Amino acid sequence: MTAYLVKRLIIAALTLVLASMVVFAVMEVLPGDPARLMLGLNASADQVELLRNQMGLNAPLLLRYLHWAGGLLSLDFGRSYTYSVPVIDLVRERIAVSLPLALIALALSTIIAIPVGVFSASRQGRAGDTLAMSVAQLGVAVPNFWFALMLIYLFAVWLHLVPAGGFPGWNAGIWPALKSLILPAVALALPQAAILGRVARSALIEVLNEDYIRTARAKGLPYRAVLWRHALRNAMIPVLTILGLQFAFLLAGTIIIENVFYLPGLGRLIFQAITQRDLIVVESIVMLLVAAVILINLLVDFSYAIVDPRLRGRQ
Amino acid sequence: MRLWKTILAAAVLSLAGATSAFAARTDLTLGIVLEPPHLDPTAGAAAAIGEVTYANVFEGLTRIDDNGQVQPALAESWAVSGDGKAYTFKLHSGVKFHDGSAFSADDVKFSLDRARAKDSLNPQKQLFAHITAVTAVDPATVKVTLDGPQGSFLYDMGQVAAVIVAKGSADGNKDRPIGTGPFKLDHWAKGSEITLVKNPDYWGTAAALDKATFRIVPDAAAAVPALLSGDIQAFANMPAQDALGQVQSDPRFSVVIGSTEGETILSINNKKPPFDKLAVRQALASAIDRNAIIAAASNGLGKPIGSHFSPGDAGYVDLTGVYPHDIANAKAYLKEAGLENGFSATIKLPPVPYARDGGQVIQSQLKEIGVDLQIIPVEWAEWLSQVFTNKDYDLTIVSHVEPNDIDIYSRPGYYFQYDNPKFNDVIKALGTAVDKDKRLELLGDAQKILAHDVPAVYLFELPKIGVWDAKLQGMWTNWPIEADDLTKVKWTD
Repeated sequence: MTAYLVKRLIIAALTLVLASMVVFAVMEVLPGDPARLMLGLNASADQVELLRNQMGLNAPLLLRYLHWAGGLLSLDFGRSYTYSVPVIDLVRERIAVSLPLALIALALSTIIAIPVGVFSASRQGRAGDTLAMSVAQLGVAVPNFWFALMLIYLFAVWLHLVPAGGFPGWNAGIWPALKSLILPAVALALPQAAILGRVARSALIEVLNEDYIRTARAKGLPYRAVLWRHALRNAMIPVLTILGLQFAFLLAGTIIIENVFYLPGLGRLIFQAITQRDLIVVESIVMLLVAAVILINLLVDFSYAIVDPRLRGRQ
Repeated sequence: MRLWKTILAAAVLSLAGATSAFAARTDLTLGIVLEPPHLDPTAGAAAAIGEVTYANVFEGLTRIDDNGQVQPALAESWAVSGDGKAYTFKLHSGVKFHDGSAFSADDVKFSLDRARAKDSLNPQKQLFAHITAVTAVDPATVKVTLDGPQGSFLYDMGQVAAVIVAKGSADGNKDRPIGTGPFKLDHWAKGSEITLVKNPDYWGTAAALDKATFRIVPDAAAAVPALLSGDIQAFANMPAQDALGQVQSDPRFSVVIGSTEGETILSINNKKPPFDKLAVRQALASAIDRNAIIAAASNGLGKPIGSHFSPGDAGYVDLTGVYPHDIANAKAYLKEAGLENGFSATIKLPPVPYARDGGQVIQSQLKEIGVDLQIIPVEWAEWLSQVFTNKDYDLTIVSHVEPNDIDIYSRPGYYFQYDNPKFNDVIKALGTAVDKDKRLELLGDAQKILAHDVPAVYLFELPKIGVWDAKLQGMWTNWPIEADDLTKVKWTD
């Protein structure tokens, strides 16, 4: 187990180094000059050059890479070109929105998807299954952008239960902050639940056809116990894989939902930083996300071991 | 069933709460599309900086009002020397910056010297180019000396980038703006909102609002429900054009269509063949049907223009008839240029609806005269580096929003690559002309030269689509400069 862990950690570190080179190189070849973007159409070429110098953009490529990567090692993420504040402060503010949102959405989607998947699998081919899977199909097909707007019109414009968008900040109190995350979380969770539910169903159906399930039934265990205790546990591996992928997506890939609800999340920060060529912000956040994805994958790997005792002894 | 009853009851209660009569409100939440990168108008060109801070947080010697007229601000009056080279400003007394420090002539000297210094990063440094000296005569008097008479000097001193800052706080203005205005920054939740509160120590007429929040709503589709739900009460310029009808038919809202300084034009690379031929540019101008473009690119709200000048400004000459929409004429011009079989070219379109939508219409209109346009969508960063800086383009669509910027056609190295000595002479004369009638005459001449010589095809003036709660008063109708001046905004009941 320790050797396995060490090996995984070394691979993770190498992935990070490689990713930092790719990210830096990609941002370099992207056309656009942050200094010109700041100063606009009327600034002279001399002024733009002056600002480029101040931003340190005229230093040699390798030197800039080493400076940035070295900073990352000591957890110094640099200063945003446009906002002129430390990148880490920006990230901290955005994580305070994106992380709770991702967690709520993930919890919602799991709470909906697993029972639906179990329900459908146990009634495979019957009316209830067909109905549930049709709804799930719809959930995958409906653009979450549109779905989000429908939620806003119903719950914010018509019923006035929640704000139409925006985020008051956690300082405004837990409840106001949570209230503004409910609709976006639902809008994010339902399409994810639809996917997860379908995966859970097919994984479960596969398991239900295994011999040991028949054995469990034959020895007199009630169907529900077999379904929930024996079958579901064995069907968890693909479900956990999808969950891990979904969480990584929910952290920063939710730009559309963040835009519709004008939430100050990570996705919007990256998008804004790319359009303004705030290179240092893009590079540092992408690296953080790469690190997060690697971490999530590690956690998923370990959780396999929890649901499947056979994996614990293996290297 | 019980759940529905609860929901219904909650809905009724909250509706009742929303409609019951309160004393006049003193808070306002405005929606803005783009977040300012920072809040220092003397250090960045982003229009959103001025939108939030101009007249609210920062003030200049003069200011521009709703109608584009120059009004006194920190300077209560001024005198101009006989030769037009020296301006003596009498400053208001008892003015304080938001950090409590006193405002005086030294701050004016500091601000202007800083803006025109060699290492200045002021985005509109050209506004200060003619200043040769700034002298603090006494704490309430400043004398500014110019290298020659400047017709637009008082206007320029009222522009966003010419606001007065204090020496002690200038470097921190990006994050904590310290101005002299009737509002001061309360907090800025980045990516979310910027909140201003009333400045209790303001030297002039106090603002009616106690608190104003600029909330960033980047998505056009989200703007309408934000307004309908009451979360946001005003958009100085609303992005959701398609949904405008929905708001217009609702008596709770005022929809006020105003003008801007945004000349939306089909820019031409004048040095690149075949666009270096006048006849080719004339062909483009004749092939284009402005009304169809306006219908598609600005929901029919933009005003057609025939030159680089806002129809709302003094001195405007209607030149939309110089090259009327006429396919036969356009083909004749092409023939004159020896291109009767047409040609192909590219058009680079920045990521704004007016450009992307307008570009498609122009593509189909030019097809009728055999000009085959390939559309290349670009981001703003790409547009700035490829089109603006490297001049690597044939055609592009962009709105030039800087006020009174007809002189850009005389700037050497500007991306139009247009060089017309006759036009340059007019602009030079305009720069030093002080007499009002003379200025208007020269402005007319400049417009006519551009209209006939077609260094760009002039499409329409970008509209300002103001949408706000019908009970709100004092919002600007027009945008002579991009500012959401809240100094006179108040709720009525």
